[in-house]
Amino acid sequence: MMQRNLRFYSKLFLATFQLSAFTFGGGYVIVPLMRKQFVDRLGWIEEKEMLDFTAIAQSSPGAMAVNASVILGYHLAGISGAVVAVFGTVLPPLILLSIISMGYSAFITNVVVKNVLRGMAAGVCAVILDVVIEMGGRICREKHALAIALMVGSFVAVAILKVDVVLVILTCVLVGLLTTVKHKPDELPKEELHDLP
Amino acid sequence: MIFLNLFWAFFQIGLFSIGGGYAALPLIQNQVVQIHGWLNMGEFADVITISQMTPGPIAINAATFVGIRIAGILGAIIATFGCILPSFLIVLLFAYLYKKYKDLHYVQGVLCNLQPAVIGMIAAAGISIIAHALWSGELSDFSLTALDWVAIGIMSVCIFLLRRFKLNPIFVMLGAGVAGGLIYSIF
Repeated sequence: MMQRNLRFYSKLFLATFQLSAFTFGGGYVIVPLMRKQFVDRLGWIEEKEMLDFTAIAQSSPGAMAVNASVILGYHLAGISGAVVAVFGTVLPPLILLSIISMGYSAFITNVVVKNVLRGMAAGVCAVILDVVIEMGGRICREKHALAIALMVGSFVAVAILKVDVVLVILTCVLVGLLTTVKHKPDELPKEELHDLP
Repeated sequence: MIFLNLFWAFFQIGLFSIGGGYAALPLIQNQVVQIHGWLNMGEFADVITISQMTPGPIAINAATFVGIRIAGILGAIIATFGCILPSFLIVLLFAYLYKKYKDLHYVQGVLCNLQPAVIGMIAAAGISIIAHALWSGELSDFSLTALDWVAIGIMSVCIFLLRRFKLNPIFVMLGAGVAGGLIYSIF
């Protein structure tokens, strides 16, 4: 394990600060950013763990980005890690809104700002699509029927049937428990997301 | 007293907004507009607009905006603190349980079924983000004329860069912003 020194904490702070400063377009955008920063670049967590964090963050009250940073920070370095990560996550909106609230009418009516944000929204779409293709493709290649069914099922439930996400998560927990009861420990379907490049 | 009110109002918002994002809107409106009258409806609509234009969770944005208007920087900090405290404590408990029990057989079974579901839910969120960004008209009106072809072009280039060169998403989003600023401003 890595050392929990000042260097580590400043890295954690900078990474979460950067993540938070770029979560345009809603909480889920944190997933591709977290994947790039913490899974690919720093290698501090595995992709599977990141998905677990997302599920926990989604089913807890409060903002997704804050929740994800709490669990990420705690996982890496206990309570002090969680505090540093949350601090890094909260600071960008706190600074930005403090400045904007002083004279926001010029900001929200500015045409150039509007155009830049329209372009960024298209970029956000690409980032989300990329992460879905990457991770969804991996699930499909594993050819594990239940996993594919759960992925497609929860997509349909949320996107088309507009089912509450907490309800979807609880259903999957139930399915997980039922299938685990039927299998002995050594028969458990092995997920090997993290072994792939 | 005003600090205590700010703290308590945003503590409740943080505690009861499950599902994230815009699910928190009615709660924020109730506390900030109806109960305390800190903002009028017009100002509240402005907060939503600003939140759509800036990064970060809407509840934190609202906390900062209201806090600073009612009681300055300290007010903003206290409101934000109140907003994140409940989720901080609850998620900390979950994080502790996760770390302690994640290798248990049953927990493993549940988690490995949850992971594909999370991907499905990210895809679902992605669809609504894409619909919002690429259709300039009403979402129910899927006509070709309502399509924003510039946005589609920018998105396609970004997808190519992400898939082919594995660029950092942050740079891709920044590049898309610059492209949007140039193209939309010229045409």
